[in-house]
Amino acid sequence: MSSIPRFWRNMKSRYNLIGKRCTRCGEIYFPPRNFCSNCRRRGELEEVQLSGKGEVVSYTVIRTPPEGFERQAPYVMALVKLDEGVMVTTQIVDVSPEEVEIGMRVESVFRKIQEDGEAGLIYYGFKFRPAKEE
Amino acid sequence: MKRVAVIGVGLTKFGELWETSFSQLFVEAGAMAINDAGIDGSDIDALYVGNMSGGRFVDQEHISCLIADHAGLAPIPATRVEAACASGGLAIRQGVMSILSGFHDIVVVGGVEKMTDVVTEKTTQTLATASDSEWEAFMGMTFPGLYALIARRHMHEYGTTREQLAMVSVKNHENAIHNPYAQFHSKITVEDVLRSPLVADPLRLLDCSPITDGAACVVLASEEKAREFVDNPVYITGSGQASSTIALHDRKKITVTDATVNAAKEAYARAKREPRDIQVAEVHDAFTIGEILAIEGLGFVEIGKGGKATEEGETAIGGRIPVNTSGGLKAKGHPVGATGVAQVVEIVLQLRGEAGKRQVDADVGLTHNVGGSGGTAVVHILEK
Ligand SMILES: [Zn+2]
Repeated sequence: MSSIPRFWRNMKSRYNLIGKRCTRCGEIYFPPRNFCSNCRRRGELEEVQLSGKGEVVSYTVIRTPPEGFERQAPYVMALVKLDEGVMVTTQIVDVSPEEVEIGMRVESVFRKIQEDGEAGLIYYGFKFRPAKEE
Repeated sequence: MKRVAVIGVGLTKFGELWETSFSQLFVEAGAMAINDAGIDGSDIDALYVGNMSGGRFVDQEHISCLIADHAGLAPIPATRVEAACASGGLAIRQGVMSILSGFHDIVVVGGVEKMTDVVTEKTTQTLATASDSEWEAFMGMTFPGLYALIARRHMHEYGTTREQLAMVSVKNHENAIHNPYAQFHSKITVEDVLRSPLVADPLRLLDCSPITDGAACVVLASEEKAREFVDNPVYITGSGQASSTIALHDRKKITVTDATVNAAKEAYARAKREPRDIQVAEVHDAFTIGEILAIEGLGFVEIGKGGKATEEGETAIGGRIPVNTSGGLKAKGHPVGATGVAQVVEIVLQLRGEAGKRQVDADVGLTHNVGGSGGTAVVHILEK
């Protein structure tokens, strides 16, 4: 994951949770896509800012981390369903693994995702934490 | 669909084969299959090879050419087929279609993976490339992690228990004891699984298929051509393949593998068969939860009842529908690109009555091979 343009292309969505919405059928896509799977070429996609609020659909604790995540392990990874209806794969932070449960309300935060080696790049993006108040 | 005959099968021992190179693996399995079919190299019209990641595992791409060359099969056309862990099953399907199209009469289909030439971290990372690299792996997700998410949700929705997951592993290890080609020949208990180290909660080490070197090979022929070489071929009577989203987070429901459901639907329709006709099956148990998803998605049991069926012995040898008599990916081993082909080898051996101590009584069998977290599924139905 060391190509800068490859990261830069996704920066807007990874930093700000910006997805796409089909103006024809209303389907929301995050990560953003350029093509609506329901409407195909009749669909038209526009940018949409997601709320960053949602709930945990499932979760796991990663104990054998991939390269770039060694210092964070063990860490919680989850599928979070946003209030807009889309799911994201994300890390859950600011909570001990034992306290995470299915259905838990969470909100997005901006954090460091991974490091590309000792002298390499540091990648940032969204993670989720338990929701402060609703 | 018209039937395609399997006239020869071969495979290598599965395991950590440090003395054997990538191409040697293929040649060994290929020679065995060609010998079994009683054909000559000059009878072969084409070669298809399932391989997930020669590039990352052994720094070698262009492996179709490498293998045709080292197997002495050049100048016949050779094609590599890739769909992560479903590469082998897809290669079988390409072979079947090339015969049904009338292009070829005799085709060799192999699958091969050499996974122990790199360090474990590299292997783990390579397997994660079967997921969405930019939105799953980038976030810190691993391949076992994805199946752990499915397992946790399956337990939540259907009451599947941690012990039931372990029973899949226990059963498959028991079956592998009678398979001389399997990586493991050790009996394990539910307690062993529950005491093994956590990899990605709730999945533990003994829920996960191992890192394996190995190759498998079959010789396919048109029905007319098959009769020139063998008396009682096993036939592929149905084939199905389906795609889903590459990322788990893009599926409406994560506890049903829709690609499996759709591939099975096509295969059953082509073979004019139903789930209840299947008497033995090799399914994709890369993780214990995978076998439960498979038997549910293939229609052997109701959705949500896979754990209970396993606990009640329905999928054991001697049960209603024996699953993974070879030991499955868990205990036979999972050289990713070879797996889908090895599954066909096992069903052919079962239908021929050559499965030794793990033999079951069956005329109709099925293979089920999955890529990634369920982005691709391939199903084949085989009959005597
Ligand atoms: Zn649309």
